[in-house]
Amino acid sequence: MAEYRLRTPVSEEDVRKLKVGDIVYLDGIIITGRDQVHRRALELAAKGEKDKIPVNLEGMALYHCGPIVKKVGDEWKIFGFGPTTSARMESVEADFIREFRVRLIIGKGGMFEKTTQGMKEYGAAYLAYPGGTSAVATSAVKRVVDVHWLDLGTPEAMWVVEVENFGPTMVAIDSHGNNLYTDVLSRAKKVAEEIKAKF
Amino acid sequence: MSDLRESIKSGIVTMMREAAFNVPRDVREALQRAYEIEDNPVAKANLEAILRNIEVSGKTKLPMCQDTGTPTFFIELGEDFPLKSELRSLIEDAVRTATTEIPLRPNAVDPWTYKNSGDNTGRYVPIIHLELVPGSEMKVIYLAKGGGSENTSKLYMLSPVLGLKGIKKAVIDAMVDAGPKPCPPIVVGVGVGGSADMALKLAKKATFRRLDEPNPDPKLAEIEQELLEKINSLGLGPMGLGGKTYALGVKIEWAHKHPASLPVGINTQCWAFRRSEAVFDSDGNMKLLVPP
Ligand code: SF4
Repeated sequence: MAEYRLRTPVSEEDVRKLKVGDIVYLDGIIITGRDQVHRRALELAAKGEKDKIPVNLEGMALYHCGPIVKKVGDEWKIFGFGPTTSARMESVEADFIREFRVRLIIGKGGMFEKTTQGMKEYGAAYLAYPGGTSAVATSAVKRVVDVHWLDLGTPEAMWVVEVENFGPTMVAIDSHGNNLYTDVLSRAKKVAEEIKAKF
Repeated sequence: MSDLRESIKSGIVTMMREAAFNVPRDVREALQRAYEIEDNPVAKANLEAILRNIEVSGKTKLPMCQDTGTPTFFIELGEDFPLKSELRSLIEDAVRTATTEIPLRPNAVDPWTYKNSGDNTGRYVPIIHLELVPGSEMKVIYLAKGGGSENTSKLYMLSPVLGLKGIKKAVIDAMVDAGPKPCPPIVVGVGVGGSADMALKLAKKATFRRLDEPNPDPKLAEIEQELLEKINSLGLGPMGLGGKTYALGVKIEWAHKHPASLPVGINTQCWAFRRSEAVFDSDGNMKLLVPP
């Protein structure tokens, strides 16, 4: 197990170094994207209109998060920056990684086979942010740099956020086909059968 | 009379505010212990983040979790308490005020149109469980229940021939199914008997018993302890990423049942256990019992 402090955007080389169980803290820009960001970005890509995506996602960290925000004067302030459940993005995440070459996906609860394969093929990793720890995440926010696609509503919009020492996040899926969630769960299933047989 | 209403309303708002930035002491202590006994580095980092989050939330008044929950009330209403049928509208009022003042995320959505009411009230929301008891006081338990951990609740309508073994197996199955989803470490409430609806209500109620308070029935206390050990031996750990502590406690409540049924309700409560308890006297004065 190693501990890293990475600055976004990250290179493929950096991501390939990460192994499940490593702990990562992030500096730099994080971009939020949940259900609607995935849908819209992939629709644009399918129409050959990638240039309409307002930010360059290559090497970026995409955060499954619908922040709690408030406009104070001219500035957006974040009051809640905890992760949302990543499983909802499972069906589209591998495509998203292929199309836009994001290198880090941050969320909670983990992702499954299709994403794990996508991460292996294109060089990306999944970082688990401890579920519910919104106050810690919020205090790592330096500023809101920009926001796009506000028409989707504030939780669904694409927030471009500068963070400092954002973490701890744990590498739960690496770019070598390892998935800590499914490992832990399949072991638990085996133990559960043994326990139940003894009741 | 209007003073009475005002003080109950502000008392409820206070209860909601207290719960928003804190977890009860027994939960905090159990998380601390889990951290101390852990040697898996990933699990330790998760628990450290949780403990730090509780501290930061208390200090900065940033919400503990971005999901500020569904406002839920369990009320024991004294039959001589001066206010009864107006209670619902009064609590709704308090919830509206708390939602803008604290502030809370609006979480009440119409299931047909998906329109958010914007103020945490709506049809049957806040959720209120009311019981009439003797006396002139009102005891209130407030829970801000997160969606993620409510989603992994389970109801098993077992065949009564399965008995205790069946109940234990159901609890283990529910945990494997829940995995990382309810943001573990969790508190597990188990409601046995009654009816389908009663079992689930008892399961939620069971989670309110303090973690360091075993079941008053020694036989059930033993089952709670056994289940806790078995659940943790699954190795799911904090956030389902492996480790020693998946559950902080298992709490059982029960009711008599129909001979042909064995309902088992299971409620999962995330570590962000935002709960407060208070007693109101007949003049509306509130005494906060939890968090201490
Ligand atoms: S399950 Fe609890 S800790 Fe996790 S996101 Fe929901 S409310 Fe927050």
